[in-house]
Amino acid sequence: MATLQNSSRSFGAATRSATLASFLLSVFLGISYGQTRNSCLDCHSALPEPLGVSQDKFAQDIHAQKGLTCASCHGGDPGSDDPDKAMSRTAGWKGKIERKQIPQLCGSCHSDPAYIRQFNPGLRTDQLDQYHTSVHGKRLAAGDTKVAVCIDCHSVHDLRAPSDPRSSVNPVNIATTCSRCHSDAVYMKQYAIPTDQFAKYSQSVHHDAIAVRGDLSAPTCTTCHGNHGAAPPGVDKVQNVCSTCHVFQDQMYEQSSHRKAFQAAGLPGCVVCHSNHGISHPTDAKLSTGSGATCIQCHQPGDACDQARAELLGGLNRLDTAIKRADDVIAVAESSGMEVSEARMGQSQARDALTKARVTVHSFRQDLMNQDIQAGMKIATQDLELGQRAMAERNRRRMGLGMSLLAIGMVLVSLRAYIKKIES
Amino acid sequence: MSPINAASNWLKERLEWDDLVAPLRKKAVPLHRLSYWYFLGGITLFLFGVQVLTGILLLLYYRPGANEAFESIQHIMTQVQYGWLIRSIHSWSANLMIFTAFAHMFSVLFLKAYRKPRELTWLTGVVLLFLLLGFGFSGYLLPWNTLAFFATKVGTEITGQIPFIGGPALIFLRGGEEVTGATLTRFFGFHVAVLPGITTLLILAHLLLVQRLGMSVPPKVEAEWTANPFARREMKFFPNFALRELMAWYVALGALGALAAISPWNLGVKADPFSPAPAGIKPEWYFLFMFQTLKLIPAKVWLVDGEVLGVLVFGMAGVLWLLLPFFESTKASVTKSWITGLATFALVYITGMSVYGYLAK
Repeated sequence: MATLQNSSRSFGAATRSATLASFLLSVFLGISYGQTRNSCLDCHSALPEPLGVSQDKFAQDIHAQKGLTCASCHGGDPGSDDPDKAMSRTAGWKGKIERKQIPQLCGSCHSDPAYIRQFNPGLRTDQLDQYHTSVHGKRLAAGDTKVAVCIDCHSVHDLRAPSDPRSSVNPVNIATTCSRCHSDAVYMKQYAIPTDQFAKYSQSVHHDAIAVRGDLSAPTCTTCHGNHGAAPPGVDKVQNVCSTCHVFQDQMYEQSSHRKAFQAAGLPGCVVCHSNHGISHPTDAKLSTGSGATCIQCHQPGDACDQARAELLGGLNRLDTAIKRADDVIAVAESSGMEVSEARMGQSQARDALTKARVTVHSFRQDLMNQDIQAGMKIATQDLELGQRAMAERNRRRMGLGMSLLAIGMVLVSLRAYIKKIES
Repeated sequence: MSPINAASNWLKERLEWDDLVAPLRKKAVPLHRLSYWYFLGGITLFLFGVQVLTGILLLLYYRPGANEAFESIQHIMTQVQYGWLIRSIHSWSANLMIFTAFAHMFSVLFLKAYRKPRELTWLTGVVLLFLLLGFGFSGYLLPWNTLAFFATKVGTEITGQIPFIGGPALIFLRGGEEVTGATLTRFFGFHVAVLPGITTLLILAHLLLVQRLGMSVPPKVEAEWTANPFARREMKFFPNFALRELMAWYVALGALGALAAISPWNLGVKADPFSPAPAGIKPEWYFLFMFQTLKLIPAKVWLVDGEVLGVLVFGMAGVLWLLLPFFESTKASVTKSWITGLATFALVYITGMSVYGYLAK
């Protein structure tokens, strides 16, 4: 029995020792796992720019986070502490990558679907092909190394995913990134293209949407020009670019007489009236003859087109005025505590009709737009009636209150008189 | 003999009516410079009556349920003849009633009307005030609008902070983990059945005690009258005081009508349990001082959770407030100053915190 107990005890001790050993081993392996030796940073983190790359900076890089090291791009032996061995050509060290080699180097991984799938199966792998079709790519191939290569937009050594708000290619930051070159008049001098795009875009309705309202679906430079395949869309293709978002305006424009006329004259569709980078919030004033007028830039006052313009503007103004008139009455009724939710709901529908009419304007057809105007007018008139009815009800209530208070006052006077009488 | 007199005699013979009203005929009300404070209890009672009457009328059309409550009140406000008036009077009267109940309580405190032998009158009165707050809390949810929904969510969450019983109490109040249609039907039940039943019984007890013990005379006035017995004056309850009370009720009725006609109670927007809480949401004004206090307490006070501590302190304060008359020493001079001081502090604190809570963002 004692032997059995001793055996049992020593078996238990052995088991505990084995458990402890396996725990320590697993801790050691756990610490080692996933950490690839990167001796480059030992020196380069202490060096000044441009050779310096701090540990903190590189830790922000998505490549470093995925387990890649300096050697993944620059070659060499990051496992060696000896600089001569680490940066030896025999170990594959490439040194500084030439600008013209950068797209090809990035593409060596990013054009390989099997490799990229390991990290992000959803990431596209056609960036390099697209780049070759871009103005940047073509110029680089022609030997112009001033044009943008991957690192100019994406940064280097601290490259973040586009979804990261701090990334230079996050939708909110793209315009600023492009402007670093395209707004630099000295840098762009040899290309003879305007450098005011960013200044104009900063004043635009699109910039307001993305930067002020935080609407990430609003267009920035790459939305119209493409990103890796960046190029101007071309005069005859502008309409296609705008219509990716403004679908209904495009459908109406397709039915308009302007489409053929602009095409024949080689005019850039939407841009003729709305401009491009500096596109402002469109108002009905575009159809007017005053400040902000667009039509009269091409049409003569009094001609058939000018009359059509006046009719279109008149329709929009009529509905807008009817909505505002109903709004005013409903607001007063609401501030008097009247229940006007039905009228409020109707007003929202009337506003929808006005928005629809403003879209239909792009057909430049009075008959089409009138359908929307009539529908909106009908609703706005009903809302006005509801508001007026609420006001009449409010006045009736106040009249009733006045009479009730008069009756209560008379009762109070009578009671006071009666009390006086019985107490005298 | 007129038909009225004939009917009166018929009732007298069967009910011995004279014996019933005899105490009212004998009852007298002390008449002095602070007598007008006596009207507050009666006005609160009148407003309670208005609540019962308008509440019954609202019941004819109100449908409790997450999918129907809001629409039914919208129907009452827009389609039912004078529905807007009934609903607005119900809402305004509820608020005025809680205000007059608070005013009545503080007048009782400052005039020392809670003292022996009126401890039970105080006790029933304070419980009645708590019940009125319960009416307010449960009734606020019934329109099922956004503000009501989130105020109830926050309010019941605070209840959930009570140590030990908080969790089960929260489930009991909400009828589940979240504020849903089940909470609405349950609050409706509290509002129209449970609370009115208990409140009616307590009001009867409170009135019986007032009737039995008579009106309290403030100690200062009593001392003056003791020094000069000829200065002692009183008024018959019926009809002299009752007629004056009736005048006060008419004034209250006029005020209610004016508020309802000039500023009808807003219905708001229907509650959407899936939408985020609107910014700066606050409870009704009578809970604002507690809400603001809980907001100001740090997250941790020593090792205790700040909100739990706040709920415990308010709970303790409520119990102590209820038992206040029992802490008073028989030596009036000893306690005279601290109870008045406490009442002043409570009044300033409640008013100050309510104003701060109203103005705070």
